[in-house]
Amino acid sequence: MTHLEEQIQMLKASTVEMWHLVISQLSKSQAAVKDFDKSIVHNIQVNEKMVDTYELKIDKDCENIIALFNPVAIDLRFVLAVLKINYNLERIGDYAYGISKLLDDMDSPFSDELLKSCRISEMFDISIELLIETLISFENENKQLTKTIIGKEKPHNKINKDAIEKIAEYKNNTPGEIKMTMKTLAIILKLERVIDHIQNIAEEMIFHMEARVLKHDKKGKKEISR
Amino acid sequence: MEGTILKTFNFSANFGESQVLKNISIEINRNEVVAVMGPSGCGKTTFIRCINRMHELTQGATVNGDIRVDDNSIYTMNLIVLRRKIGMVFQHPNPFPTMSIYQNVVAGYLLNGIKLKKTERDEVVERSLKRVALWDEVKDDLHKKGTFLSGGQQQRLCIARSISMNPEILLLDEPTSALDPISTAKIEELIFELKKNYTIIIVTHNMQQAGRISDRTAFFYLGELLEFNDTTELFINPKHEKTQNYITGRFG
Repeated sequence: MTHLEEQIQMLKASTVEMWHLVISQLSKSQAAVKDFDKSIVHNIQVNEKMVDTYELKIDKDCENIIALFNPVAIDLRFVLAVLKINYNLERIGDYAYGISKLLDDMDSPFSDELLKSCRISEMFDISIELLIETLISFENENKQLTKTIIGKEKPHNKINKDAIEKIAEYKNNTPGEIKMTMKTLAIILKLERVIDHIQNIAEEMIFHMEARVLKHDKKGKKEISR
Repeated sequence: MEGTILKTFNFSANFGESQVLKNISIEINRNEVVAVMGPSGCGKTTFIRCINRMHELTQGATVNGDIRVDDNSIYTMNLIVLRRKIGMVFQHPNPFPTMSIYQNVVAGYLLNGIKLKKTERDEVVERSLKRVALWDEVKDDLHKKGTFLSGGQQQRLCIARSISMNPEILLLDEPTSALDPISTAKIEELIFELKKNYTIIIVTHNMQQAGRISDRTAFFYLGELLEFNDTTELFINPKHEKTQNYITGRFG
């Protein structure tokens, strides 16, 4: 293995570690919302600093590889992809943290009825599942699996669209719970962004593996997700 | 002027029994910089030596196929005319040791028996040295020996000597491999400037250099031209696995 290959393997290992941490943060935020568990909230908030530390470390590692090894071709694409994946993972970590912050000043749990009608748990499940799939694809450089992730935000979009109507309905029926209702809406919006970031990650992985740029290319995404 | 300036057709070259170039077909455009890359022994230097017919100077060297410059076969052209059209600069700076800087620049004229008036000679010297960004550094020492200059300056002097005859094509065989980073940067800047007036074919082992200065890159492997593409494309997304393995340092 060349020195550059070693550095790339180490960068990949750090990225995988960060990925696991972000998956764990998102899973914990799901548990915190469902069980209204403040100890989990605290744990997420502590771990957020670790996510930030990983982001800085991976940024630095990418800079060093570019400056010292001048990678080209697939190596350059990998480093460029990791730079962007790193950013997207950090953002997902931020959303998990943001969800946990919503629980900080709440004295009572979210309404089960509202969570169910808005399919919040399903949104969390889809997000976590996709994040795990992208991780598996990244670790194994699996083009086929990555391609199946592109365009998988559609069910999420549908749930999101329906949820807004459910929220409006709930707000009208229970005007006294406006704060909790708005926080539920905030969770939905954050999960929608999480899915967008997962899509970005999958696009970066396609760039790494196939040198194909899918950003702003609706036709290309459609083709690839077929 | 746009368009193809140099074309090779199924071009092969041998040293005795050993075939060092195999059926090379390539088209090079006017005013572009083409980098020629590949592992040692792949035929890069032989390729550019064939372009100005220096390959044939070696005993037992033979060629097959054709090379055309401005649509004329180099094998039907007068050798002096050909070498005026195609200048060459080598790996190690080689100013003529007995000549002054001034004489080195006009050496092509002196050695070919082309007589110029003093004012014309002065003009050629000044113009050539200015083109290689050496004029300001040597204008007060024009009658000192070229060998007194630093390595980087000597190499620029050699380039000035090559362009003094107004060639159309410049062949550069690893022109910076013996130079420090500052001199290398100056030569690279110079290549960027010279591109406006000349077509440049440069053999280089330095991939970052190829990336920085060339428009297109040719990758040679075991005497074959495996890939010839826009430099950016070749460095981001090489089509041939061997190109990728070579440029990423996995072999070679």
